[in-house]
Amino acid sequence: MYADVKLDTLGYFCPMPIIMTMKKVKVMTLGQILEVVSDDEGIKKDMPAWCDTTGHQMVGLEEEQTKSGTIYKAFVRKTK
Amino acid sequence: MTIAQMDPAVTLANLQTAKTDKVTIVLLSGDMDRAMAAFIIATGAAAMGMQVTVFFTFWGLNAIRKKGAASSAKDWLRQMFGLLNKGGADNLPLSRFHMWGLGTKMMQKVMKQNRMPGVPELMETALDLGVHFIACTTTMGLMGITKDTLIEGIDQFAGVTTYLAEAKQGSVNLFI
Repeated sequence: MYADVKLDTLGYFCPMPIIMTMKKVKVMTLGQILEVVSDDEGIKKDMPAWCDTTGHQMVGLEEEQTKSGTIYKAFVRKTK
Repeated sequence: MTIAQMDPAVTLANLQTAKTDKVTIVLLSGDMDRAMAAFIIATGAAAMGMQVTVFFTFWGLNAIRKKGAASSAKDWLRQMFGLLNKGGADNLPLSRFHMWGLGTKMMQKVMKQNRMPGVPELMETALDLGVHFIACTTTMGLMGITKDTLIEGIDQFAGVTTYLAEAKQGSVNLFI
């Protein structure tokens, strides 16, 4: 999936990926898509919940199997 | 004469937009694990755009005390208490398996290895995200804790009514 900005949160646990996302989205321009890469499974539920509350749009979630485990990629569009 | 009719759906929508998402947390405990939970919720809520207030009372005050700051209480009872009741965000004991500090040190090591933020880091993030800190003046007085022995960034020094005024507008109120 296409993304304008990429954010690596590998190795970080809750709530750091969400806080890092918030800070990143703040400096992006309207309509841009952010890809958040995480190895914390919680992001599968947490990112849609964050989008729901903040009003940004969750555009997709991808899972990728790697040697060190599953990696999750959440795609968020800045809508406000 | 006409009677103004209100559409229930519109009224509900107005109510929902008018109500700010407010979270208040009372931190009574000075345990590391409990303080961590409090700050994880506080920072998470702040990242979701909610307005967060943490009210520190009793042992919870230890989280916002400067490390090693001596009690400036005048009477010896409170001075002794200040010596025994150690403060500092990185100095909080685990609620279980503290084992005279050994268990807590081990937990801190595991957390560091896993890049998990501890209480000092979480607290700094909370302040950075605009979480409001209120220190309870009653317990500060009781325990001989003075303003100058607390960290920078405390928004208010207040009592129960200030907390309740905030909590009554809150949609999430926690006591930890």
